[in-house]
Amino acid sequence: MKAHRRWIAIIGFLTLASPASLASPSARAAYPVDPLQSPMWSAHARTIFGDDPVHFDPLLKIEYPDIAENQRSFPVALDARGIAQVKRMVIFADLNPIPIAIDYRPDAAEPYVATRIKLDQRTPVRGAVQLADGQWLVAGGWVDAAGGGCSAPPLSRVKGDWAEHLGEMRGEAWPMGADGASRLRVTLRHPMDTGFVANIPTYNIEELEVKSAAGAVLGEMEIWASVSEDPAITLMPRAKPGETLTVSARDTNGRTYTGNVAVAARAPLATAR
Amino acid sequence: MMLSRRTALGALIASVPVAAWAAAPEYRITPVAIAKGVWMIHGADAPIETANGGAIANIVIVDTPAGTVLVDSGPSIRYGRALKAAAEKLTGKPVVRVYVTHLHPDHGLGITAFDPAIVVALPGTIADMSRDGRGFSDAMYRMLGDWMRGTDLVLPGRRIDRAAEDFGGRTLKLIALSGHSGADLALLDVATGTLIGGDLLFHDRAPSTPTADLAKWRGSLDVLAGLPHKGAIPGHGPFDPSGIAAIAQTRAWIDWLEAALTDAVRQGLDMVEAGQLPIPPQFAAMAAGRYELQRSVSHFYPGLEARLLPRMDVPGD
Repeated sequence: MKAHRRWIAIIGFLTLASPASLASPSARAAYPVDPLQSPMWSAHARTIFGDDPVHFDPLLKIEYPDIAENQRSFPVALDARGIAQVKRMVIFADLNPIPIAIDYRPDAAEPYVATRIKLDQRTPVRGAVQLADGQWLVAGGWVDAAGGGCSAPPLSRVKGDWAEHLGEMRGEAWPMGADGASRLRVTLRHPMDTGFVANIPTYNIEELEVKSAAGAVLGEMEIWASVSEDPAITLMPRAKPGETLTVSARDTNGRTYTGNVAVAARAPLATAR
Repeated sequence: MMLSRRTALGALIASVPVAAWAAAPEYRITPVAIAKGVWMIHGADAPIETANGGAIANIVIVDTPAGTVLVDSGPSIRYGRALKAAAEKLTGKPVVRVYVTHLHPDHGLGITAFDPAIVVALPGTIADMSRDGRGFSDAMYRMLGDWMRGTDLVLPGRRIDRAAEDFGGRTLKLIALSGHSGADLALLDVATGTLIGGDLLFHDRAPSTPTADLAKWRGSLDVLAGLPHKGAIPGHGPFDPSGIAAIAQTRAWIDWLEAALTDAVRQGLDMVEAGQLPIPPQFAAMAAGRYELQRSVSHFYPGLEARLLPRMDVPGD
């Protein structure tokens, strides 16, 4: 009986000790239990959050439709307005072969980013924001999807006209009200090849930046090929009516794209929040 | 020895299929008479889901002197078989014709249960089905699992090449339209004035738009409104005895949808926000409104953005 109990204690010690010692040299407390019970939670947490503290927080809003109508293009909005001191925002899908879609720093912008991502199968879709003190807040949910969003060729490759429209940038910006922020919408024609389609190597926008007329960086992001073909992005940089915003992007071939848009004089009828 | 083995085998054979049958879901086919010799089977006014086995489309049975005529056949071979049995029991005559109104799988995959020689559709529908049918079929298997077992993709055996078909004195007018899809068939039962609208008509159920061309859809609704008809059977939702309510409702929804999404792009809304737009009170009675709005955002938003957002790229960069 006593010997038996001792064995259990030893096994218990080993199982407790081993993950931490494998995970990182500094043996931190484990990440919080994943409410979504994703098989990839701790692996992604280790990559994205490292040793920083992590909390699941209902104040952080990640919004998306109830149905994944198109697994090549699933709309996701990460909204951290109402949370102070947000310095970084990440959108990721646990079970995508390219899990991270966008890693955004709202340097002088409201903490809001919306885009469309590919879904390769049923997966948790999450948003995470890092605060100035280093801690991460996380929110998310399971999204059912038919799958294949990362391994199907982009429509412009099938159609064959991607090169004719490469880099076409469209956009508009509107003032949002008294707080000095604007709402910027940008679309950019790009195949966003994942590298998972035969004979089409990875080719995607990897950086995007929004600057003020004076050259100050208002927001900057890293973008992965799990963002949908022809990326569409909504941000809320601080800019006044009439001010010109410059959006510049670079793809994995080193090609750069630049566009200018002036913030409109007034907001349209405000359904936009 | 032999006997006991046979007994054991018999017990095994008896028990296994019984268990399998018990697990196999069954469709409940309930034809409701709506005019003389015309019955409608009302599909679930819901999305395609396991709870309804994909049986969401309305199916029509017409009793003619030449035999039983069906308009659409449901989502699976199991539905098609149950439909055939129920229809032939109802009329006492074999099924001699199955019309497929358009390419969508909730209307057409049930034709697997019928001889392709009696299944007809518009040429555009057959082309659509040969292009998209495999993908639709895969999606239905994914959503419905066992309900779909044994359902193969079969194409209608003959193209519709005439404006009417006569069944021993009962005439069905065949009207080739489009807008809900690339090719939409509507039928008019001359004897009773019953209009069978296919998915050009939705009634108390929000219209779906995965293959829609809204301008053409409006044109087709004009044609339907101008036909000499009494009641109208929509593709989804309850029978419309007035014959005008379903047409008006479908038009009101697609008009609102197009205006709302255009406004949303102009106001700077993202797709997520557009899918959260309030649905006007006039559509409160429509089932699946939010679901179809979010699907429609996915279908139309990128095209509207490409049309409405101005170019901003610096030339020559």
